[in-house]
Amino acid sequence: MSAATTGSKAVFEAAALEATSLAAGGPAATVLKTPAAPLFSRPRPNRPAYMDEGRLLRRGLIAASFLFVFVAIILPLAAVLSRAFGHGWGPFWAAATDLFTVRALKLTLLTTVSAVAANTLFGLAAAWALTRFNFRGQGLLITLIDLPFAVSPVIAGLIFILTFGRLGWLHPLLTAWDVKIVFATPGLVLATIFVTLPFVARELIPVLAARGADEEQAAALMGAGFFRVFFEVTLPHIRWALLYSVILCAARAMGEFGAVSVVSGHLRGKTITLPLHIEILYNEHKITEPFAVAAILVFSSLLILLARNIVETVAKKERYLDVR
Amino acid sequence: MYVELNNVSKNFGHFQAVRNVSFGLEKGVLGALLGPSGSGKTTILRMIAGLENPDSGDIFLDQLRVNDIEPSRRGLGFVFQNYALFRYMTVFDNIAFGLKTQKVPRDQIRQRVEELTALIGMEGLESRYPAQLSGGQRQRVAFARALAPNPRILLLDEPFAAIDAKVRRELRSWLRGMISQLKITSIFVTHDQAEAIEVADQIIVANLGRVEQAGTPLELYRSPATPFVARFLGDSTVIGDYRVLAGFENAPEGAECAIRPEFIRIYDLQEPIQYENSVEDGEVVSLAFRGDSIETGVNVRGFVLTAFRSLEKRPLAVGQKVKVLIYRLYAFDREQALLIGNNRLDDVADGYRIGI
Amino acid sequence: MSRNRRALPGFGLSFGVTMSYVGFIVLIPMFSLTLQAVDVGFGGFWRTVTDPRILASCKVSLQCSLAAALINSVFGTMLAWVLVRYRFPGRRLIDSLVELPFALPTAVAGIALTALTVDKGWIGGPLATLGLRVAYTRLGIVVALVFITLPFVVRAVQPVLEQLPKDYEEAGRLLGAKPGRIFLRVILPEIKLALLTGFSLAFARGLGEYGSVIFIAGNKPYQTETAPLMIVTRLEEFLYGEATALAVALLAVSFIMMFFINRLQIRAAAFAGER
Repeated sequence: MSAATTGSKAVFEAAALEATSLAAGGPAATVLKTPAAPLFSRPRPNRPAYMDEGRLLRRGLIAASFLFVFVAIILPLAAVLSRAFGHGWGPFWAAATDLFTVRALKLTLLTTVSAVAANTLFGLAAAWALTRFNFRGQGLLITLIDLPFAVSPVIAGLIFILTFGRLGWLHPLLTAWDVKIVFATPGLVLATIFVTLPFVARELIPVLAARGADEEQAAALMGAGFFRVFFEVTLPHIRWALLYSVILCAARAMGEFGAVSVVSGHLRGKTITLPLHIEILYNEHKITEPFAVAAILVFSSLLILLARNIVETVAKKERYLDVR
Repeated sequence: MYVELNNVSKNFGHFQAVRNVSFGLEKGVLGALLGPSGSGKTTILRMIAGLENPDSGDIFLDQLRVNDIEPSRRGLGFVFQNYALFRYMTVFDNIAFGLKTQKVPRDQIRQRVEELTALIGMEGLESRYPAQLSGGQRQRVAFARALAPNPRILLLDEPFAAIDAKVRRELRSWLRGMISQLKITSIFVTHDQAEAIEVADQIIVANLGRVEQAGTPLELYRSPATPFVARFLGDSTVIGDYRVLAGFENAPEGAECAIRPEFIRIYDLQEPIQYENSVEDGEVVSLAFRGDSIETGVNVRGFVLTAFRSLEKRPLAVGQKVKVLIYRLYAFDREQALLIGNNRLDDVADGYRIGI
Repeated sequence: MSRNRRALPGFGLSFGVTMSYVGFIVLIPMFSLTLQAVDVGFGGFWRTVTDPRILASCKVSLQCSLAAALINSVFGTMLAWVLVRYRFPGRRLIDSLVELPFALPTAVAGIALTALTVDKGWIGGPLATLGLRVAYTRLGIVVALVFITLPFVVRAVQPVLEQLPKDYEEAGRLLGAKPGRIFLRVILPEIKLALLTGFSLAFARGLGEYGSVIFIAGNKPYQTETAPLMIVTRLEEFLYGEATALAVALLAVSFIMMFFINRLQIRAAAFAGER
């Protein structure tokens, strides 16, 4: 590699390195980077029997895995569904179409869509800036992007209360402008944005860094402006990674509880999202209702998982275009 | 000069990639930037293209200083090392891209793309994706894509590096023919001296961020200005004090010298020797069959020299004692390069200045 | 000479959007926390974190997160191993379901696990006859955290196992080692760093978890109150100072974990590079 390529590639490699090293992030960080697991076809073990760990051990481990997944994941889901539909379709439908449930559903959709849209735009901008340009403080910026993963959701709510709440230092400004953030929809959206901020950026940064910028440079050399380069050259490469991260971001945004709970103020029918609605119904000792609402979210989660798998499968099929 | 660099320097952090480089190329010339990795050759090319900014110095294209001009307005075509074809676009869309950004009407774009696909001999493959093409085809598409907007200058970064050896030879002569047919001023970067000699009209040899020498392939070969050039073009052996060698005792002083295989003749002890008292004793240390000759390494006074021995001559064996005649050598000191002949053979012992 | 001209367009736009976004969403709110923390001062901080009830809640959080992370290290490694090394019907299903805790809202996980483990629940019932109670005890908190943090270890270990050359085990086998010994001596050292990373991520997430825990914990002071719950309780009492002090303590632990994970991943990268 000649000096020049070292020069410009170093930038991307540095970014890529930082991307991995600072993935500290937390929760989803590592997970986001390794979702590709099923994308790689694993070699089918085809070894002579005596090289195997013994059939008994293998079967035992597989059985243990099934049992664990059954107890830890399938049983809880079944418990929710049995309570939701235990008294038939009627009570479920009544709970699901209850006025407050519908309002909570609408609010959940609103916060989820806003948070995902905002974080998608941010993630694209951040990934582009961090992987396509060299500037001071890139490491610090990545750390800041990772920060929400390291912060308890409750603390995420707390910091917005401390900023915009009645005793917050920005509260006078909000009163002057007659804007309400805490205990209102904007607060819910902001808290959700904070909690899900890293998802898209974190997924895209390594993808863009690993790919290098020469296609973009070729396009720019031929006179293409930012939007043309971005939409015609970059986006096709990252569309599946983008979609994947958007799906995971939506899942988390939809289910966010702690942060939203703190800034919500629990005004029924106004600042109650579906997860908060479950808590209220549960604390009122309702029998079917909380589980009916939970069942709605269970179905949504399963749909999200399905979408995730479809995206993975489709992305795998299109990978042939990426072969150099 | 059509392309001219004036005292151009570029650092990456503490690494001096390019140091005070100046050279020029006439219009219509095919130039090669030749050097080992880390020589700064690609950085120079990328600065001409505007992909990197020089820290100091000026770059002129057709008399116009382009340092502050957008890469896309410099009128350049650029072929990237790995072609950087848009992998999610068809061959057609790849070639048409530069025209689309210039808002060329659609029917004209189609016409130009058809023209170019015919030129590169890829009619009928317009709807393929880059992944569905062979390495050579991809290179030709990259070439057509760079040419589509009718650039004044074509820049190619290691255009043959990603292609296997067999196809590479064909592509070299194809590209050479294409460029002379189009008469477009071109510069390509390479680390392969054979490639540069075969393809380029002018070679600029870069090393450690500096230009060592610029000239036609023949000039560089005949009169290398520095030991580096002598070593890089042709298989010279570079040794230190040459005045110990028979026939060079009275030669002018120099820091080191380069001896090309063509400057050496090996005699086995039975062969008649022309200049009995101007030969050195040597011992064969290696033999390698090169098809048309045998590349022979001989140890002379502790230096291992490389020579070619004709297949017509009596075969030698490793360890065999031989006599070695050195006709001439290139000597270098800090300021100059000299071609010095064996003073027992003729009277050019004073040497004459070459290069620089 | 313009040094700012860049080879690619869009720097101003993307950089501007990124910085203002991070500034507004992350920096300003975190600044508020710092402001409040300075206001509380060291004395106030110390008073808060040494309050017996808060201290007890921190202990509960640390204990339960640690237990959950340990349990998941064992089962997560087993799942990763089975998913990577064996082919069997239902493998894809398990592979997908392992991801579910990340997709399922924590509140749903909370009430689901509670419904399952109360005395009348499918699992709680049989256990109750044995005298073991899960819901409304610390054990319940551990169960919730095991569920929530299950994917971390699996997804950290899985890719490393996939990259592990099969000849490692085969070499061990040819030298006459038994499977158990091969696992401990050949495989475990290879996945050690990934396992530690997964463990740390699970532990850090467990410390901050709120949504699932509050349903199953029962929230009895000194017994099943967790640190995040204490922050919420103090907030609801408008004791912002105490909430902030506890938040700072919790953040400090998170940042230490984050730093630790960071180091682990750098080492893992260097380790992978050596191979």
